[in-house]
Order: sequence, then C-alpha cells, then structure tokens
Amino acid sequence: MPTGTILHTPNKIEASWPDAIYGHFQRVDVRQVGYVPDAGHSRLIALCQADPNIADVVLTTEEEGVGLVAGAALGGQRAALLMQSSGVGNCINMFSLLRNCGFGCVVLVTMRGELGEFNPWQVPMGAITDDVLRLSGFLTYRIDDADDVDDLVGAGCDMAFDGNLQVAFLLAQRLIGRKQWVR
Amino acid sequence: MLDRRDLVRQLLIDRGDLLVVSGLGSATYDVAAAGDHPLNFYLWGAMGGTAMIGLGLALAQPQRRVAVLTGDGDMLMGIGSLATIGVKQPKNLAIVVLDNAHYGETGMQASHTKAGIDLVAVARACRFREARAIARIEEAAAVRKLLHEGDGPILVSARINEEDVPRVLPLRDGHAIKQRFIAALNGV
Repeated sequence: MPTGTILHTPNKIEASWPDAIYGHFQRVDVRQVGYVPDAGHSRLIALCQADPNIADVVLTTEEEGVGLVAGAALGGQRAALLMQSSGVGNCINMFSLLRNCGFGCVVLVTMRGELGEFNPWQVPMGAITDDVLRLSGFLTYRIDDADDVDDLVGAGCDMAFDGNLQVAFLLAQRLIGRKQWVR
Repeated sequence: MLDRRDLVRQLLIDRGDLLVVSGLGSATYDVAAAGDHPLNFYLWGAMGGTAMIGLGLALAQPQRRVAVLTGDGDMLMGIGSLATIGVKQPKNLAIVVLDNAHYGETGMQASHTKAGIDLVAVARACRFREARAIARIEEAAAVRKLLHEGDGPILVSARINEEDVPRVLPLRDGHAIKQRFIAALNGV
C-alpha cells in the first residue's frame, strides 16, 4: 500500500495564472467567491481572502455555492465559484436555479482524473465533468496552457456577467500540476 | 402547534423592505398566501438551496434584512449551509423553518425532525446568534421583531401542524421572479 506525502508540482503551483483570474475578478467586480478548499485553487483562494472587497465563502459542499451565486445576483453582486471536478457532480440539480432564472455565473474547475491521474477514484467524475457542465447549461472552455488563462477567463467573465450566462473553465491537470504521490 | 398560514401572515405583516426567500413547496405557497410582493423570491425547485440564497443576498445587501422561510425538508437537505452561514455570521439574515416534521409535497412522509433531529440545536452548534423553537401563535410577534431587528444569524423552528392547506401558487417563471425582485430592490 503506498504511503507518503502528497505534493503538487512546485513550479506549477507557484505559477501566475491564479493572479490573472483574480485580476479579472477585480476588473468585472466579482464581490463573492464560494469555494470548497482545493490545492489547485489555493493561491486564488488566498488572493480572494486577502481582498476586503470580496466575501470569501467556504462551503461544506459545492452546491451551496450555486445558491450563493443566485442570492448575490439578486442583491446586485457578481459571484464566482471555485471547485474541483468532483464538486461539479455535487451541483447538478442546483444548477437548474441558474438556468431557470438566468443568473450569470463563472465557475473555475480544477481538473482531476485526467490522463496520468494516480488516484482511480477521481477518474469517473473527472471523465464526465465537461459533459455534466454542458448538459447543465454551461458554456465550457478547457484551458491547458497557462498563457491562455488571462484571455479566456477575461472573455468568459464578460460573457457570463454581461449576458447572464453560465460559463465554466476546466483548468486541465497539465496546467495546475498533477498531484504527485511520494513514497 | 401553529397554523402555518396564520404564522407566516403575522411574520410578514407590515414587512417594509424586508427581503424574503421562500423554499420550494408549502413555504412558497404560504409566503404567496400572505400577499404577493415583488421582494419575494419564490423557489419552485433547487431543494436545499434556500438558506444559501439567503446568505448570498444578505452578504450583497448588508443594510437590508433578509428572511428565509422554508420547510424542514429543504433545511435538512441544506443542513451543511447552516455551518457555512455560521462561518460568515451575517447579522441581517434570519431563517424560519416551517417544521411540520413531514414532506408535505410528496405525501406527508415523516422527516428527520419527526424522529427528534433538532434543527435549533444544529443552528446553535453552528454559532447562530439566536436559535429557538416556537409552537404558539403568541410568539409570532417576537419572531417578526427578530426578522426586522434581531442580531443574526437567526434560526427559528416553528412547529406547525400537519394540516394540509390549499395551495396558493405565485409566479413560476424564474426570470420574471428574479427581474421583478431586482427592480423592486433597486426602486425601479
């Protein structure tokens, strides 16, 4: 049985793509960010927590964040959600709220279960995350390269909040760094 | 035991600019029966999400008061949101659980509260500033005052009787409910 420490590829986790996303949160005035703690999103979460203009809301499960987005929009604020691919599955019925009422929403999904995944338990949900989001009414965009984050997330934020659309970005495991299991 | 319609009517009397989110099923019908209002956000689905919509709204509108009215089934499905609300400590958010200990919409099957699962104790454990159960209509005025002035987060479990009451059906078009609410909130 493998035992040992779990590490993320260090050079990737210190990358600047989370700063680009955070910059767009500031630009489009995202005021609430819901998340379930996640290693891939750790830098972005920390940036949001440090921002007095953003209410960071730690969730017990991702579908709570869908309600948060709706409530924020009713109150005139824009909100974004950060989650891992496994969390997308937790949200399916709650996503109907966004479709039924036309609440603009940006979801940033850190992918697990992709090619090279060490933990097979992550694979079933990771393999259907994109389909689940699209069937739930989201426009989905996959990002493999850190250099694309700024342009794509910026365009997606504008589409979501100017058009009351549901936009999700799948941040590939290649981008965030594969979880390394060290014996 | 409380009559649900009588209770909700008394809670929403002279409501001023109170923002109301109602959970799917009977709570939405009760809120509609108390008088349709543009500052009602009626849920017809998204079970388990009502309290979190209240949180998002309360965070976005810290100067306004937000009341979530919902059933025990919806609150149980979203029970983790009580912990999430407890972390954020919104002073302007109150939740009233209309607790008949049954799933009224699906044929009155017993809910967890029927077996003694205590949502008031859960709310206290989640650091709600005020958590109480009521069972007499004489207590309605005090709860109404809590909705308008109480230091949140607040949870009140109202023990309502199991009697089935006629449905009062408000708007169902989610876009229309949302747009009407936002326009009213902005005084348009």
